[in-house]
Amino acid sequence: MSDTTATVNDESEQQTQTAELDRVVIRLAGDSGDGMQVAGSRFTDASAAFGNDLATLPSFPAEIRAPAGTLPGVSSFQVQIADFDILTAGDQPDVLVAMNPAALKANLADLRQGGTLIVNTEAFNERNLAKAGYESNPLEDGSLEGYRVIKVPMESLTKEAVKDSGVKGRDVLRSKNFFALGLLAWLFHRPQEPTLQWVEQKFASRPEVVKANVSAFKAGYNFGVTTEATKVTYLVKPAHLPPGTYTNVTGNTALAWGLIAAAHAAKLPLFYGSYPITPASDILHELARRKNFGVRTFQAEDEIAAVGATIGAAFGGALAVTGTSGPGLALKSEGISLAVMTELPMVIVDVQRGGPSTGLPTKPEQTDLLFALYGRHGESPLPVLAAASPSDAFDVAIEAARIALKYMTPVLLLSDNLIANGSEPWRLPAIEDLPDISVPFATEPNGPDGRFMPYLRDVHTFARPWAIPGTPGLEHRLGGLEKEAITGNVSYDPANHQLMTDSRAWKIANIASDIAPVEVEGDDDASLLVLGWGSTLGSIRAAARRARNRGHKVATAHLRYLNPFPENLEDVLRSFEMILVPELNTGQLRRLLRAEYLIDSEGLNKVAGVPFKVAEVEDKILEMLKR
Amino acid sequence: MTTPTYTRADFQTDQEVRWCPGCGDYTILASVQNFMAEMGLPKEKIVFVSGIGCSSRFPYYMNTYGMHTIHGRAPAIATGLAASRPDLSVWVVTGDGDALSIGGNHLIHALRRNINIKILLFNNQIYGLTKGQYSPTSELGKRTKSSPMGAIDWPFNPVALALGAEATFVARTLDMDRPLTQKILERAYRHQGAAFIEIYQNCNVFNDKAFIELTGKEERVHNRIDLRHGEPIVFGPDQVKAVVLRDGRAQVVDRASVDPAEILVHDETRPDPTIAFALAQLSHGPHGPTPIGIFRDAPRATYERLMADQIVDAQQRSGAGDLAALLRSGGTWEVE
Repeated sequence: MSDTTATVNDESEQQTQTAELDRVVIRLAGDSGDGMQVAGSRFTDASAAFGNDLATLPSFPAEIRAPAGTLPGVSSFQVQIADFDILTAGDQPDVLVAMNPAALKANLADLRQGGTLIVNTEAFNERNLAKAGYESNPLEDGSLEGYRVIKVPMESLTKEAVKDSGVKGRDVLRSKNFFALGLLAWLFHRPQEPTLQWVEQKFASRPEVVKANVSAFKAGYNFGVTTEATKVTYLVKPAHLPPGTYTNVTGNTALAWGLIAAAHAAKLPLFYGSYPITPASDILHELARRKNFGVRTFQAEDEIAAVGATIGAAFGGALAVTGTSGPGLALKSEGISLAVMTELPMVIVDVQRGGPSTGLPTKPEQTDLLFALYGRHGESPLPVLAAASPSDAFDVAIEAARIALKYMTPVLLLSDNLIANGSEPWRLPAIEDLPDISVPFATEPNGPDGRFMPYLRDVHTFARPWAIPGTPGLEHRLGGLEKEAITGNVSYDPANHQLMTDSRAWKIANIASDIAPVEVEGDDDASLLVLGWGSTLGSIRAAARRARNRGHKVATAHLRYLNPFPENLEDVLRSFEMILVPELNTGQLRRLLRAEYLIDSEGLNKVAGVPFKVAEVEDKILEMLKR
Repeated sequence: MTTPTYTRADFQTDQEVRWCPGCGDYTILASVQNFMAEMGLPKEKIVFVSGIGCSSRFPYYMNTYGMHTIHGRAPAIATGLAASRPDLSVWVVTGDGDALSIGGNHLIHALRRNINIKILLFNNQIYGLTKGQYSPTSELGKRTKSSPMGAIDWPFNPVALALGAEATFVARTLDMDRPLTQKILERAYRHQGAAFIEIYQNCNVFNDKAFIELTGKEERVHNRIDLRHGEPIVFGPDQVKAVVLRDGRAQVVDRASVDPAEILVHDETRPDPTIAFALAQLSHGPHGPTPIGIFRDAPRATYERLMADQIVDAQQRSGAGDLAALLRSGGTWEVE
């Protein structure tokens, strides 16, 4: 597949040379109504089909349609494609597509010196230049020297291309993202089929839109061929990934599928109670589409009702899940405490975003870690897990459900905006390899005189039995008041409260013996360990790899379990001279490590609403290794 | 399945009932236990969910499944349970503070969805468990610890609020009237969907005799308007008073002064709640002539039925879920 596309097969292309790259970073930027997310996703899927490894980083404003042509309205989509296993969406774009002056202004600083810039020249009129704050036209004032600029009158070419499609008026220009996509397909030797097929399926009910988008795409491609838009086109060959069937998946989708898979593996119906909130809503959307799996989705009146309904569904015997982002987690806090007290199994998903308050709803942060661990009144411990990448969200969802059911506890699952909306190729697991996480309901009385004791704990897990309504003879009452051990009756006895507090704490701490140990990757004889959690996995591993390529010894480790920590974590930490903890917060994991083990570490911390650049982590590694 | 035979004792728990002596809650508990025994519903199929407050201790005294939850949230928790388990009979016990103040949002949304839960609101017009502050149903000017110069909050009329949310079953009863309470409980149970029952409940410690105009021997004959489906609304000694619709509202008139055809005939089943709302406005609180009984019992599709239907529909259209196909639904490629 790769060889044929690389072959020069058109006379007019003979002047154009093909250069092979091992990786390239492309960013498409335009107005939030310009369809940049669509174009980026299509380029990504074509690259996936071509066999590249890849990683994506969408970035969009919180406003649905910020004023057109302004800087706050700029939406972008970055993708890195490579012929080897890459770990991030890349630090610096090699190619920037700018659909208007605002998109250029907002993104030019990130473009690599000497990088390629594709601009839609017709958007660079006086009005748009003024809106973007340009005093002179950057296409004419020499300020783009140092970049390879490909100027394309994209609007008139799109209009011409779609004139026979039947699309009219303002809709004509909506196809210009497909023109840009066609040009990129030519420039990077992407297969056209995946995109054309997608257009036909997506717009099947509107044949004129299919025709317009296909025409615009082909016009963009042919524009490259006929005008020789550049002297060099680029080829990034397929990567050597482990054999298997792959799909390209975002974190929110993988998480939703993980929940469906968990319900399958637990042999329970899935209940998902949620209130729409960015960036978690796509989990609700995906699950709402999957009712044929027996999924019950409940769009609640508010965040509190969402967790409330989830508690009710858990009492009824469902695999009960609620999902939200930081502000919603704050509202759910009291309900989660009730789940801790009633010891009902459920999963609470927090797709972290910038805070505090409304903060940066569409930007990633890791600032809810301490909140996840401690954001409840009273002593109310619960397990906390974090996904490290889009596809990892699938596995972590199943693992969170396993722990919730086995230990009869609410489990908090942390994702973030980078994982939620980013995507990566995912080698599909075999369904038959999914673990059996089913837990039998109680069906018989467990106490003297045929009575049921709802708080008589399992001697190994300390879990209490799960007896669901409808089971004769096991009628019992749960509640938020402190429970007497064994009987579950209301108790104000001091010794009992101490016992129950200790039991709840011990139950969660004991889970450490039932989770995978933390693994050290890289040089275990290194002096430096880089420890992370969550979405920083890619930046950390890529930075460590670069440092190793420079001849340094570096080890990395990544935590899926934030509470309890894996049993071997202390030994691992003590076996290194230096520990670096990069986090998109002000040092929350570092604080936990110090509190838990009295082990100091150094932080690399950033709370800017953007992920780490690999270079930032690499620089810090090199700086520490120089000491 | 045979109908189990129960007595009231089958629904009593071994927990000591801890309401104040003389509290109206005791009578309501007895009414509910009697009703449950008579209904013959298997008790493992019954769940009582409550929030916080005096009334919310109720589940501990019912030998069924139950959950005493957090302040105001019982309708939300009951909604999740009823939506995922349509086979259960789910009852919510709440109070005027729990349902109308901190939990107001959940109450109106449960009612508008018509989820199959039965909500018993014990209205004593006071905060009892926190020792006597005014509640969202306390009368204007009510002097309490937190309103020493008199409450300045206009009170809710719970029945009107429920009708405003287009609840499909709305009724009012009195703690002391056990036969009426049991009858309404049975009707609520048979109703498909959300049922809202306001129970005027005397708090003899913090708000004694709040309902005396409807319960006192002398007073009640003048003030209690018993709503009976299909019958003209008349009341008072020798039924000398009648209710008519005039000037866009319900009014009390001397029966002798009106054409009998003008007297409002009570119809619980009207699809439009407007007239039921007008009846609810006859009194704003338990003062003067006040309707008691079932205001509305109108059918509408239940939430859990619509939810279950969508699942069946989706399975008929796309087949039962196939996990392997789901993971491939976004397009795949092979790496050899």
